[in-house]
Amino acid sequence: MYQLTKKNKDFILESVLTINGLFSAIAVGLIFIFVTRESLPAIHLKGWAFFIDKSWYPLEGQFNVLPMIAGTIFVSLGALILASPLGLFSAIFISFYAHGSLAWPFRRVVELYAGLPSVIFGFWGLMKLVPMLNEIRPPGQSLLAGILILALMIFPIITLNLMANFRPSSKKYYRVALSLGMRKSTYIWSILLPSLKQQIVGAMILALGRAMGETMAVLMVCGNIVKMPTSIFDPIRTLTANIALEMAYAMNEHRSALFFTGLILFLLIFVLISVADFWRRHESWKE
Amino acid sequence: MERMTKFLAWLSAGILLLILVLMVQDIFVNSLRHFDFSFLSQDPLSGGRKGGIFPIIISTLLILGVCMIVIVPMGLGTALFLSEYSDEHPKVVHIVRKALEILSGVPSIVFGLFGNALFCVFLGFGFSIWSGGLTLAIMSMPLFIRTVEEGIRTIPKNYRLVPLSLGLGRTTTIRSIIIPYALPFVIVGGVLSIGRSLAETAALIFTSGYVDRMPESLSDSGRALSIHIYDLTMNVPGGDTNAYKTAMVLIVLIFITNGLFTIVLKTWYKKRIIL
Repeated sequence: MYQLTKKNKDFILESVLTINGLFSAIAVGLIFIFVTRESLPAIHLKGWAFFIDKSWYPLEGQFNVLPMIAGTIFVSLGALILASPLGLFSAIFISFYAHGSLAWPFRRVVELYAGLPSVIFGFWGLMKLVPMLNEIRPPGQSLLAGILILALMIFPIITLNLMANFRPSSKKYYRVALSLGMRKSTYIWSILLPSLKQQIVGAMILALGRAMGETMAVLMVCGNIVKMPTSIFDPIRTLTANIALEMAYAMNEHRSALFFTGLILFLLIFVLISVADFWRRHESWKE
Repeated sequence: MERMTKFLAWLSAGILLLILVLMVQDIFVNSLRHFDFSFLSQDPLSGGRKGGIFPIIISTLLILGVCMIVIVPMGLGTALFLSEYSDEHPKVVHIVRKALEILSGVPSIVFGLFGNALFCVFLGFGFSIWSGGLTLAIMSMPLFIRTVEEGIRTIPKNYRLVPLSLGLGRTTTIRSIIIPYALPFVIVGGVLSIGRSLAETAALIFTSGYVDRMPESLSDSGRALSIHIYDLTMNVPGGDTNAYKTAMVLIVLIFITNGLFTIVLKTWYKKRIIL
């Protein structure tokens, strides 16, 4: 900073901290290298077969991953559609409608949702939600169950992100709007939310990324049958669930194929994070 | 419009609160019905259907321990680097920030694959507490670093300028002023990472493994609480009761860490922490 003379130990500390800091970058590199390295045999052997094989019969050398990609996309998009209004309205509730003493406890509730383990969501889903759905239409373990549980898991991301954006810059505008005789809802719908479009999209993309990467909850409630779903009550298997289910006994080509699906996930999430980052970078309040 | 917005806001808040209460209540009611404190001190029998979870609690604590031993020094170092050296090395800092952002978004199952490939197979640790703890450490590093760095950034600029004007070196400033000041944030970050690691399942299935016996050393496989819940519900018919009880233990642990976080935040260092 403003230090004119540097001692030896200052140099040592600086280099140690720099190298230590670079470790996170190395970790990202290592993840990419190792997952790619393990999936190379499968890419090499099978190539496009991942998308044109008859089905997913790993023991017979059939590796069609399309039904599972479809499962991942359906379940996470469905969860996003449910979670977006939940996240938006709960953020509005905390920031505008909860009276002082209610806002803080409810914020803790949302944070608790974010902190509860996914295996607990999955467990509760399997014990309570699945039997309920089973009464409506068997088998109960279905795309719908996955959507409902995932929505509960990802809405806090939207709520907490939006609240962080609501708070700092909007107070001034809020007072002006109120002094002009606007109602809260007019302010929210015609001033606050339009100015936060990019942030909302960014938060939604982040939530989508989380939903796609979620493993345990979908594994426990979705039924895990490899088939293109035809209705919302059909069981599905996602890419993540497939890895968790089969890694334990997978050998050689099969193991490599599982790493390949992991690589697909990694790249998908990487793209999503970059896009979300791009959207959220926009200025929210233009003076 | 006003009424509509108000209604929807209260409705979604009500639904969310209701579901949380139902969920926690269901788990507590179903497990308290059969709960007995010997559950915490016995070995699991017949695949977990009977008996307790003592070795599983120990394995979980060991995995957390390995994770924290790695996270605290490395995370503190990275946080110091990001906050203190951003003027001298803007490019490196930028790269590190990007890397942390990616790390915090990588799905846990991909961490599991990576940990399996690197620690279990490539480095030859096998299914072990080492592999699980190290994988978890890489996974919860971003959360820890972010918390500590935000804390260090609240240190007033004078605290750095005055030592310089007195002729103290950078190292002395960091060791005797910055680090002591950052200590509460290290604790908060540590507690948050413990919460995150306790909740983790997918990254541990094929790194620390399934074995439910008492681990004899850190290179033994050990089953974490979350994996025990998963295994009892999915693979062990008739394991529901014990799954409920384990789920309650896990939730109580998460509540405790969450509560600890709030207490540290609210009372201990009331004046300094602004998050």
